[in-house]
Order: sequence, then C-alpha cells, then structure tokens
Amino acid sequence: MALALSTVLNIKNLSIAVNDSPLINDISFSIESGEIFALVGESGSGKSLTSLAIMRLLPEALQVTAGEISLNQTELFALPEYQMQKIRGRQVAMIFQEPMTSLNPVMKVGEQVAEVLRVHLKIRGKQARQKVVSLFEEVGLPQANDRYDWYPHQLSGGQMQRVMIAMALACEPDLLIADEPTTALDVTIQAQVLELLKSIRDKRGLSILFITHDMGVVSEMADRVAVMKQGEIVEQADKDHFFSNPQHPYTQQLLADAIPKQSFKPIIDTNALLQINDLKVHFPVKKGLFQRTVGYVKAVDGVTLTIKKGQTLALVGESGSGKSTIGQAILKLVNSTSGSVDFSTPGVGEAGIESIVDFTALTEKQMKPFRKKVQVIFQDPFSALNPRMTISEIIREGMDSLQVGSRDKKDQDARIEELLEQVGLLSEHKYRFPHEFSGGQRQRIGIARALAVEPELIICDEPTSALDVTVRAQVLNLLEELQQKYQLSFLFITHDLSIIPAIAHEVAVMKEGRIVEQGSVEQVMRFPKHEYTQALLNSAPKLLRQEMP
Amino acid sequence: MSFVWLWTDLMVWSLLFVILAGIRSIKNSEQARKQWRSIFESRVAMASMVILTFYFVFALLGSVHVQLTSNGENTSEKRQGVYSVLDLSLIHLIEQTERTYSAPFATHEYSTSLNFDENGQVSQSYLVLKHGGQHLTNGASIWLDVLVKTGLPLLVTLGIMALLLMVHAYFRFKAFALRSINDKANKMPWKTAYISFFSLLFLFIWFYYMSHFYHVLGTDKVGQDVLLQSIKSIRTGVLIGLLTTLVMLPLALILGISAGYFKGWVDDVIQYLYTTLNSIPGVLLIAAAVLVMQVIITNNSDWFGSTEERADLRLLFLIFILGLTSWTGLCRLLRAETLKISQVEYVSAAKAFGLGPFKIIKNHILPNLMHLVLIALVLDFSGLVLAEAVLSYVGVGVDPTTASWGNMINQARLEMAREPMVWWSLFSAFVFMFTLVLAANLFSDRVQTVLDPRRVN
Repeated sequence: MALALSTVLNIKNLSIAVNDSPLINDISFSIESGEIFALVGESGSGKSLTSLAIMRLLPEALQVTAGEISLNQTELFALPEYQMQKIRGRQVAMIFQEPMTSLNPVMKVGEQVAEVLRVHLKIRGKQARQKVVSLFEEVGLPQANDRYDWYPHQLSGGQMQRVMIAMALACEPDLLIADEPTTALDVTIQAQVLELLKSIRDKRGLSILFITHDMGVVSEMADRVAVMKQGEIVEQADKDHFFSNPQHPYTQQLLADAIPKQSFKPIIDTNALLQINDLKVHFPVKKGLFQRTVGYVKAVDGVTLTIKKGQTLALVGESGSGKSTIGQAILKLVNSTSGSVDFSTPGVGEAGIESIVDFTALTEKQMKPFRKKVQVIFQDPFSALNPRMTISEIIREGMDSLQVGSRDKKDQDARIEELLEQVGLLSEHKYRFPHEFSGGQRQRIGIARALAVEPELIICDEPTSALDVTVRAQVLNLLEELQQKYQLSFLFITHDLSIIPAIAHEVAVMKEGRIVEQGSVEQVMRFPKHEYTQALLNSAPKLLRQEMP
Repeated sequence: MSFVWLWTDLMVWSLLFVILAGIRSIKNSEQARKQWRSIFESRVAMASMVILTFYFVFALLGSVHVQLTSNGENTSEKRQGVYSVLDLSLIHLIEQTERTYSAPFATHEYSTSLNFDENGQVSQSYLVLKHGGQHLTNGASIWLDVLVKTGLPLLVTLGIMALLLMVHAYFRFKAFALRSINDKANKMPWKTAYISFFSLLFLFIWFYYMSHFYHVLGTDKVGQDVLLQSIKSIRTGVLIGLLTTLVMLPLALILGISAGYFKGWVDDVIQYLYTTLNSIPGVLLIAAAVLVMQVIITNNSDWFGSTEERADLRLLFLIFILGLTSWTGLCRLLRAETLKISQVEYVSAAKAFGLGPFKIIKNHILPNLMHLVLIALVLDFSGLVLAEAVLSYVGVGVDPTTASWGNMINQARLEMAREPMVWWSLFSAFVFMFTLVLAANLFSDRVQTVLDPRRVN
C-alpha cells in the first residue's frame, strides 16, 4: 500500500527551551499514515509539550530553539498564523485527558461538534446536524439523534470522551493527537475508548499520536513506541521489539515497574483488627425552599468487611462505587447511617481480654483515644499537606493532638527526624515547606505524618494513583516494608488492579455501594466468580493480564 | 498644655502597633518574608509604598492632639482649644487667613470689591492680600521670587537625603559583608524608592517653606488656606480607609469562616444576614444611620467638651457605619474559600488526628485565607477613601468642621459655577485624593499578583 507508507508527521531535531533552560532536547520521530505512535514518559518528560509544538500552541514563554515539524510535507513553523488555523482541526485534531473541562458546559454537545463543521467545512443547518449524528453513531454514542441536544453534564465521562473524539474526527483530520485520553476514565470505560480509537484508525486510515504514561495502554494500542525522559527520546522501536527486548535501562525500569509482581502473598490467619458489619452510609438529597429530604444517595449500602491484623485488604472499585466513603466512615469523617465498625483492642497482659469498640456509636470525644490507632494516607499528594506549614509542623500536629510520644520538643524533633529517615527522606527536610517536594516525596511525608502517631491501621485512599510508575513502585515498597516492621494493617483503596498482587492479602470488589465479591487475592484474580469482577479483569490491558499470575 | 486623646487617635495609634506587629511576624516567617520581598521588587509597588507611608505619617501627625490653654502671658487669644501636632507645625497657615478667595501665589484678592479711599471716592479694585506675597517690594516678579526661594528647600532636602543615604549605605554594607558568597543579593528597586522619596520630601518642604510667603494653593471663600485643608484632610481620608477595614475585618472573618466551616443552620443564618444587608442600597443605609446619629448628637450636646470631640465622634460613627455595611463582600469570599478548603485532604487529615474545629480553623484554614484578606483590605482601602468623599458630598459624611476632601469638593460645587471659576479647592482635593487612591490601587495590584496562589510563576 503506497498510501500507508507515506509520512504524515515528521519531527526533526526539535528543541524547546524556556529562558535558556532546555525542556525538549533534539527529538526526532515520524509518524506514517495509518499508524499509532505512542509517546511514553513520566510526568514532566516533555511529551505534552511536543504535542503542543505540533499544534503550534506552545505557551508564549517557551521558545522553539531548533528543529522543524512537517505535516504532509508542509513545514509548520514557516506558516503564517491564519494558515495554521486552517491546519488545526482540519489536518491535526486533538483530544485531551479531561473531557469535563474540554467541553463547554453551557452548550449542547451536538452544537459544539456542529460548530467545528461550520467553521472548517462550511456545512450548515440540517446537513450539519445529520453529519454530527452520523459522527456520534460512528463513535458509538447510543441514541445519537437525542444526544445531540444534551448538555455535557448529562453525559458520563466515557460518553464525553466519545463526543470529544467525534469533534476531533469531524473534519477528517490526517493526524489525531490523543493526550492521555483515558487516564481520567475507569478501566472498563478505558477499554471501550481504546477499542473505539483503534477501530476508527482501521476504518479511516488515520494516524494517531498517542501520549500516555501507561505501559499497559501502550501495549494495547501502539504500532511504534518512543520513550521520553527529561526532554529526550531515549528509545524508539516497534511495539513487539520494544516489549520483548527493551534496550535502554530506563525503559527496562519502566517496564519492570509497570508490570505487576508475579506471586501472591501467603495468607496467614490472624485475628481481625477491624470488623465492618452491614455498614450503610446514605447522603440525604435535599430540595426546595425548606431543604426537605426527598431521597438518599446510597454511597455505601450494606458492606461487611474484615481487616486482619498485620494484613492488607484491597478495596477495588470504579469511581463512584463508594470505596472512599467506607474509609471516611471508618474514620468518622462522614456519619454512617447504620451498621457498625468494630475495632478490637487486645487486652493488657497475659490473660487480657480483647475489648471491642464500635466506632459508629462513639462521640467525637470518646473517639479521640482511638484516632491514633487508625490513620489515613490520601490520594493527592498536593492537597494532602497544608502549604503554609513546615514539614515538622505537619508531622508534629498529630503527635501533639493525640499526645503520642514525648511532650518534650527536643524528643519530638528527634522522632520527626527518625520518621523522615524511615520513609526515605532526609532529616534536614523538616524545615522545608511542602511545595519544595515532588509528588512522591510528598506522599512519603504523608506516610510519615500517619506513622507519627503509631497507628495499627492505615487507610490508604488511592495513595499511588497520582504518581508515576517508578515512584509508585517505590511507595508500594515502602508501605510493604513498614507493614513487615510494625505489623500494620492496611485498607488499600484503589481502582488499579495491577498493583493488588504486590500489596494485598485479600481483596474486596465494590460496585454501587455493595461488595460483589471478596476473598483472597489469588482466588478473586484467578477465578473471579462475579461477572463484574470478570469484566474488570478483562478490561485491564493485555500486558497486565498476561503477566498476572 | 495637655494631651487630648480622641477616640480615632487611639484607634489609629493602636493600628500602628498592629502594623508593626504584622511586620515583626513577617520577619519571623521565611515564606512571608520572601513574598513581601517579591512585592517590593516591583518598582511601582515601591514608589506606591513610599507615597502611602508619607500619607500615613501625616495621618499620625494629625492624630496627636494637645489642649492649649491661654494663661494670659505667652500665647495670644487665638491659640486655645484643641490642636493636633500637624496643626501646630502649620500654625502660621491657621493664623494667616485672608478675607476671601485668592488664587495660588496671588498677591491680590481674586475678585474686585468696593473700596473707599481717603477722599471718600468709591472705586472697584482688587484688594491687596493681608499675608500672601506681602514681602515683595513693589513691581518684583513673583516667579523670580519663587525660583530664588526654591534654593533653600532644595538644599535642605538634599541634606536629609545625604544623611539617609549614608545610614542606609552603612546597613547595606553590613548586610553585604555578612552575606555568604553563595547568597544572591536581593534586588530591591532602591533607586525608585529614593527618587520618589526625594520628590515627595522636596515637594512638602517646598510647600512648607513657600507657605510662609504665599498661599501656595490659594484660599477658600472665608480666606482659609487650601493647602492647610488638603493636608489636614489626609488624616480623615487615611483614617476612614484604614479603620473601617479594622471594623469590618473581624466581622467578615468570623462570619465568613463560621458559615463556610460549620455549614448547616449557621451558614443559613449568616447567608440570610448578608443577602438582606446587601439588598439594601448602601448609601441609603448609611444616610439613615448618619441622620439618626445627627439627631442624637444635637439632642445631647452636653456630652461633648469641644467641637473637636463632637466632630471626632461623628467620624468614628461614620467609620463604624461604613464598616458594618461593607463586610459582606469579603465575608462571601471567605465563606466560599472556606467551603473549598474544608474539603481539602489536609483538613481531613487534621480531623483524623482529632483536632477540634477551632484548632483546624486556626492552623489550617485561616493561614490559607490570609492572602484573600490582604488583597481585599488593600483593594477596599481606596474604595473607602472615595466613599468618604462621595458621602461628604451628599452631606451625610464627616462633620462639616472636619477637614476632608469630600467637604472640600462639596464646597467647590458652588465655586465651579462662579465666573471666573474658583478651581483650586477642587483641584487640590482631587490631586491629594487621586495620589492616595492611585498609590493604594497600584500597591494592591502588586499584592494581588504576588499573593494570588493561582498565579503562574
């Protein structure tokens, strides 16, 4: 096929700098027609900048210092702006990570797509509507004709991303730039969107520049792969070659971290630390002038779980399944509607009798002594630390409030230093402010803060989903180490199936406020019984599925 | 002679201590120090701050009052009653009043009046002023005289500047010597600061020196010096701008944070309160309150020892009314921000540590709101200075005996209609007010850019 061999995009020796400090350093690659080219890298590696440079939408402070980009043999940097405007949308189209913020919330979705048609192709009226509806059908929106008149908030995340794809396809571009298009979506939706992009590629012969950090997605999608690190392409290869025989040590590291651990953890029967019985958390829906309750959102609807001492229970579910609410209910950050959260405290001495306390029945004051037993680590390392406090103030806060350890400031300082070293930071970091640290380092500070009060149970609310894979692996190792050392129990809330074998002993799968399946990791992941668990496992990228033990 | 402390004097001096305490706390926190340093790295902000400091110093000088009693021997009949330090330093202007209007640097009155000479002849002529320009020999040029007399102020200013530069150079050298080689020197726009300081200092010394010979900005209807009025008005303007925020701030902070943090019925009550208050036109509410206060003051004239006390109480009352009606904007802002912050994970973490609501507000919410408070305060300042002028113009502002730009503009309303027009009262009030408001606005602009967390670095 002569057509398939023609080069759509060619980037030659591109360099971008801000104030003489290079952000992208001499990268070159080309994309053939009908090819999916994956650009992989961790955050800050310059992959999104590359895509902006292709669209010539770089922020003004950044300058292209060298190199050229040609699209269909046209040199893009030589074009005047008005011609570039014609190229954007008509020859190159883009879809973004966040479909919520990419669509105008006060405009009907159909109109937003039709607008593109009007501007670029001068199609108007009924014809435009017909074209939009056919595009909607192509991207698999159900009842496409009705959806035309819907507003973005009425659609789900996956549907919004489909609308974005329809908008990108509207002018039949030659190149589609997909900048992390599935990162904000749940795994089952992600699988569908990826499938859609592939089928469109096959049907239209479109080239796709696929930007992602997720090796699983790469193995699913790409024809060729380039790995970026700190503004440079360290390796570029065909997919098969890339995965079977990675050359560069950085690539090898990336792949090793992305692919889950092979073995399951042995299950040791220990006593239950926390027993959740038929927990329900319902949020009232209030309406009208007098705020009368008209109904309930059943965030958690009858959940029974057991967390054993020194073990990890993974709670898996998609967004909105109520998994985070369970964590908050244990901590009494939200009030539970019914059910009990029983925490057992071992008795003192040889003949001590274990006492069991139901958290839900306690007042805030009665709860306070138990606050040091249960701590929490959050998802977003940026909002989890108060930007106005130094690291030592952040860690000291819990020690002061819950009266753990010495009251003497010097002893506390020594303890803070010890904690920082334990989580892999330096003791002199304690006088710094959170903004001076990277995401992974902040997550370590969050762990140190939780450890400061010597808890028995730590609720980890998606602690790794905002981190790059290499950092994720480090944080998971740290948690593992801490568990070994202090016999900690974890409730590990996550949507990421691939990390479960590495961290958890048992797993519970949650859907719409209920647990649909629970058991040992091996049992659930190898022989899933419930169809939802099966669907979840099947949606995971092939790369991860193959490697799962 | 004894000191008299009026209510507003006490407030403005306590405000000075609050500001000094604030500067101290900024010095102690490295983060805050860095932020303020970057505020002053802008030349505009530096020049604005110099101007604002000048105004504040005048306000402070005008806020020390003394009671002068005539004990018959040393002081003349005129010098009794309550004077501020500012008044005393400009006492020659208070005493050297003319009969009526005279233009800036004039030697004669602005309009003709009927005149009887020794022969009983009636003539219309421009009367010679009692004080303005009377040192001149006949026929001498005013402008040449002014030019010659500029020399001394210039010398004095240069002398003061040289002294200041020497002191500052000493400190900078000391800092330079103590700084390790690796530390970067901070690049403050000292040149701008010196130029603006020099200009202002020279201007005021020149005004002061000239005012002994001329009415630099003319005189008003009853022959009072306009320069004196403009300078005395500084205190009123600055006080209203600063003290109102002092009244408003606790209300906005307490109500805004409680509404945002406690939610539920607390939020409902506070929201109803401020929506109700907001739906009444501000001027109407202020006018009604001022009129009520006027009635109280006239009915109870025995409460006040002097007219100054009465005028001061009226100023204080105006400050309170303005404060009570202007907290809603900031309150709404703080409520929204508190709602947002209280959902952030570090607040959840604090709750998981069993911290009580007041500790959470103190440690986690308040520090993260301070940039909003600061921005709102600096922005409101200029608005309030202008509000005083508008209210005084409408007639519900400060006491007519209090010098204020609003009162000057109010009087100038009729003068503008005269032929030939009397322009200097309005002009002086305008220039003085404009400089203050512009400086405050430019400064707030810089504060906003630096402290806004969403700004791009």
